[in-house]
Amino acid sequence: MEYKEGREIVDLATIVKALDLKVRHGAHLLDRKVTGGFTGDLLSDVMAHSSEGDLWITRQIHQNIIAVASLKDHAGIVLVQGNEPAADTLEKAVKENVPILVSDWSGFETAGKIYEILNVRGG
Amino acid sequence: MLKVFRCDLHVHTCLSPCAELDMYPRKLVERCLAVGLDAVAICDHNASENIAWVRRCAAGTPLTVLAGMEIASREEVHLLALFDIVEELLPLQEWISRHLPGRNDERRFGCQAIVNDRDEVEGFCDRLLIGATELPLQAIVERIHDLGGLAVASHIDRESFSILSQLGFIVPGPPFDALELSPETGIRGGRIRYPELEQFSFITSSDAHHIRDIGRAWTDVRMHAVTVKELSMAFRKRQGRTIEE
Repeated sequence: MEYKEGREIVDLATIVKALDLKVRHGAHLLDRKVTGGFTGDLLSDVMAHSSEGDLWITRQIHQNIIAVASLKDHAGIVLVQGNEPAADTLEKAVKENVPILVSDWSGFETAGKIYEILNVRGG
Repeated sequence: MLKVFRCDLHVHTCLSPCAELDMYPRKLVERCLAVGLDAVAICDHNASENIAWVRRCAAGTPLTVLAGMEIASREEVHLLALFDIVEELLPLQEWISRHLPGRNDERRFGCQAIVNDRDEVEGFCDRLLIGATELPLQAIVERIHDLGGLAVASHIDRESFSILSQLGFIVPGPPFDALELSPETGIRGGRIRYPELEQFSFITSSDAHHIRDIGRAWTDVRMHAVTVKELSMAFRKRQGRTIEE
């Protein structure tokens, strides 16, 4: 088991399985490590405050999310509330190799579940 | 013959929920004339019911009133649609209204008053004008262009509801005709802050929600007359029409 700053490092596959996420792109990338998470729908905010290795949780489906995730070296993007990526977003995801996952849970539930998986319990 | 027109292309009326009730047509036109504006574009949030009344109040005065709207896209990006007359804007209004969910809550968001040229309240708009449409930004820009209007990204320097705050950077795709800088930044400030956007024309406007805001910013445009066609040429620096930066 790997740990970083008290967080368990899991891979995308673990999170996909635990939350029953739909994989819209990146089935071959699910061994990517997730070292943190970030919630945000304002891309300027995500660009300024997220970190490499974060799994980005958002409802924003605009194609710019791919450029941002790529720029910040995110582990991938989870779209919440069943939101599907726009057609051009998916095209870009394939081109830039950014995993796109879809959660049927709300943003709150999705983030909560991922947080639980990532964080070591019991101090 | 070309001359410089002082244009404020982004002014709200009392129809916008966040605008003061003193932004009624007659007072608005008086104020525009008092501060020396040659042209104003009325851009209420997702609505246009006061434009005809403002135009009536401006009839016979030197003020040209353009028909506009500040639309909120699905991504919560604000953009201005500019047309010469309300009739040209109506198909856009119908489409926007169909894709704008929700009903207004006057207590929480403010009232949305339709006021005529005699200062009488004709009614209240009950749509949730403060909300965002279900329409993607790209589709809105395309529709505005299909209908012969101009699309301007609102206050790109603002921390909320601007294309840069919402989407991080300007997308490739259907281009905006111009980008708007808020009064705090202005065109010159915009050029310093956003050198990467040098290929776009910049404008600045008051984004007036209160009477006193009118006159705090405007764009000087060199053109033949205040029309969408002339503005389009100025945005593209064609045939001598330009924005005076």
